[in-house]
Amino acid sequence: MIDERTARRLARRHAAERRFKLYGMASVAVALAFLVALLVTIVGKGYTAFAQTGIAVEVSFDAGPVKEGDFAGLVKSALAARFPEVTARNDKRELFGLISSGADRVLRDMVQDDPGLIGQRRVVTLLASDDVDMVFKGHVTAESGRLTARQAEWLASLRQTGAVSLGFNTTFFTAGDSREPELAGVGGAVVGSLFAMVVTLCLAFPLGVSTAVYLEEFAPKNRWTELIEVNINNLAAVPSIVFGLLGLALFLNFLNMPRSAPLVGGLVLTLMSLPVIIIASRAALKAVPPSIREAARGLGASRLQVVTHHVLPLAMPGILTGTIIATAHAIGETAPLLMIGMVAFIVDIPAGFLDPATVLPVQVYLWADSPERAFVERTSAAIMILLAFLAVMNLLAIVLRKKFERRW
Amino acid sequence: MQLIALVATLLLLSAVGFHLGRRRAAARSAAADRRPHSLPVYYGSYVALWSGLPALVVLLGWLAFEPLVVRSLVVDSLPLVARELPPERLGLLMNDVRNLAAGVVTSRDVDPEMAAAAETYLRLKRLGAVAVAVLSLAAAIGGLGLALRRVRPDLRARNAVERLVERLLIGASTIAIFTTVGIVLSLLFESIRFFNAVPIHHFLFGLEWSPQTAIRSDQVGSSGAFGAVPLFAGTFLISLIAMAVAMPVGLLSAIYMAEYAPRRMRAIIKPLLEVLAGIPTVVYGFFAALTVAPFLRDAGTMLGLGVSSESALAAGVVMGIMIIPYVSSIADDVITAVPRSLREASLGLGATRSETIRQVVVPAALPGIVGGLLLAVSRAIGETMIVVMAAGMAANLTANPFETVTTVTVQIVTLLVGDQEFDSPKTLAAFALGLVLFLVTLALNVAALQVVKRFREQYD
Repeated sequence: MIDERTARRLARRHAAERRFKLYGMASVAVALAFLVALLVTIVGKGYTAFAQTGIAVEVSFDAGPVKEGDFAGLVKSALAARFPEVTARNDKRELFGLISSGADRVLRDMVQDDPGLIGQRRVVTLLASDDVDMVFKGHVTAESGRLTARQAEWLASLRQTGAVSLGFNTTFFTAGDSREPELAGVGGAVVGSLFAMVVTLCLAFPLGVSTAVYLEEFAPKNRWTELIEVNINNLAAVPSIVFGLLGLALFLNFLNMPRSAPLVGGLVLTLMSLPVIIIASRAALKAVPPSIREAARGLGASRLQVVTHHVLPLAMPGILTGTIIATAHAIGETAPLLMIGMVAFIVDIPAGFLDPATVLPVQVYLWADSPERAFVERTSAAIMILLAFLAVMNLLAIVLRKKFERRW
Repeated sequence: MQLIALVATLLLLSAVGFHLGRRRAAARSAAADRRPHSLPVYYGSYVALWSGLPALVVLLGWLAFEPLVVRSLVVDSLPLVARELPPERLGLLMNDVRNLAAGVVTSRDVDPEMAAAAETYLRLKRLGAVAVAVLSLAAAIGGLGLALRRVRPDLRARNAVERLVERLLIGASTIAIFTTVGIVLSLLFESIRFFNAVPIHHFLFGLEWSPQTAIRSDQVGSSGAFGAVPLFAGTFLISLIAMAVAMPVGLLSAIYMAEYAPRRMRAIIKPLLEVLAGIPTVVYGFFAALTVAPFLRDAGTMLGLGVSSESALAAGVVMGIMIIPYVSSIADDVITAVPRSLREASLGLGATRSETIRQVVVPAALPGIVGGLLLAVSRAIGETMIVVMAAGMAANLTANPFETVTTVTVQIVTLLVGDQEFDSPKTLAAFALGLVLFLVTLALNVAALQVVKRFREQYD
């Protein structure tokens, strides 16, 4: 039997125990709630960007304007034919505002593919302007958006006839940047990111593995190697923007390399991810048991043979996992690339390592700054692509680890 | 593209060297009727390395210094008037020359001298490309020939190759040193130039920050004020808010995961929390600016508080979310490293689990936890994109989290992004800020690593 006072105290202590456990669960829940809120916000705002509003109008491919290359004129006359009551100049300009300024490219491509179109009439779905796009997707109401009252009226009449529809937004994947949201795409940024990633992988992987092998398998324990070790550990924690400053001072100002080039971006990211790769590779090498090395040495293998024939192959899954994770991190990095001028407005898709380019996270940053409402969904969609890419890389790393991991 | 072709040719030469080396080793040892010292593969590698490496050195040297050399040669060919321009004007002129050579529109009218300079530039470029191709190919072939002549059965090829490879490994490991030296030197040089223009105590202790210097010296307000205290205060404020979010959430989740959570739950939660660390910071920045900041502003209006739409609070809270996994994963490691015996002793004396955690496990793990927190603080101070996108530009000296503040990293980005002349105090100030940032985070990291190391040794 326990007396009443002890029982009360026990009850209090057990209540404290439950409370403490609850705090722990609550904080895990809070952290996960943040994650969910973040992802839900991004996906909720972004998924609509994969569709794009188009307006179907009947275009007559008259020989005159086609010969002159005046496809914008074709768009305008098609619209004017659809709304014959609009005659005044200003009204017409308002009417043409419904259609994107890049809509004529579709017509040009159509004529190029099939010159027999000239002189015929076809119903063509033309790219709507971003203001129409926003209203049609329901992000803004016709009144609160940037459409004028008359534009809203025309849009309503077009919708009644079923001429306005959503189609898959291929432009978003293929185009480079643009001032017009409906013409902007992540194509250029994705290619820039890939170029930078290739540079980073090609440099950081061999250099990182070599360093790790040297420090783990060959280096004598002395002042010099200790200095290198301390150095690597500290570099891993240096803010990324400092690597950007280094890139600006060293590659751009001292070595006069071109601004905005994926090569320079890749070099900066290499320096940044090297320490991480080295640390991961060393851990992987350390996990290989010494008995393997001793057995190989005992059979007469040289030190390099021990490493290249036995230790390195056994450590390779771990090394690759570390490299992939470090590269994925580098791909998402923005700040150092701002320093070396990858923040420029670039329309063309880069074709080489020295062409001016931007990368996906920087594109996100640039679009996030744009005032147009339509860029919000495009920014979110670009983030979705970025996150999907990173998720794939990390999954690859996990699969690699699961498949090849060995426990001794 | 020419470069890729050149590299491909060099690689091909190396491969040919490998093959020839092997064949010659076999042939010569057959002729001399004795066994070669090493395996054939080492003779091949010996020749391949000797043909590839010298060419690679030539190529890399050219890649690094070609722009520099071409530029100085073109400048020398310019008329005297142009050569004596101040450096930044000369830089602009050179840009035009380069653009002209590339066939892009230039920012000024083309005069004959510029056309001539562009001509020289193009000629030198082409000459350089041919020269490097010839030189590196010559180096490759020469190395290949020399190495091949030395291939004999008594050549200790394996030892030679292994020595060379070990040198290469050492070379690779010095890159970390060079990176650090590069960071320190580049930051230091530019900072010293900045401190020549702005006295160091003005920078470190000045209370006013307005780096907008005028482009012409006769404009009003051309002085610019470079007192960085508001930036330091802003950085401190935002980091403090971030830690106020990340520390309790991170620590408590780590304790929960290490001490309470069933193993299967832990296996799910831990990677999920780590996802937070894998999300690019630009995404957090977008989230902060688009969702959190307006939410806080509206909430503040409802409560009658004037919350700025670029408040320190929004940036700090989101940064805190980002840091949670850094805190929790280090704390988790440290807590699981505390020996079981300590826990069991405490539980055996009748303490509840939470009492054990609070009075035994956490005090034992405290050094490691402190180390982890220091690392997290250093992350927060150096974090850039969240504050660039969610915090403001205005350098207010305030402790009010609802107001707009700016940070060191924000100012570095604002000073260096966009068009600027490179030698103005405005751009140099960015490097001085970078130096401060580097030194502070370095000090934090060194301290944190020391503490963690000492903790590890305690229980190993």
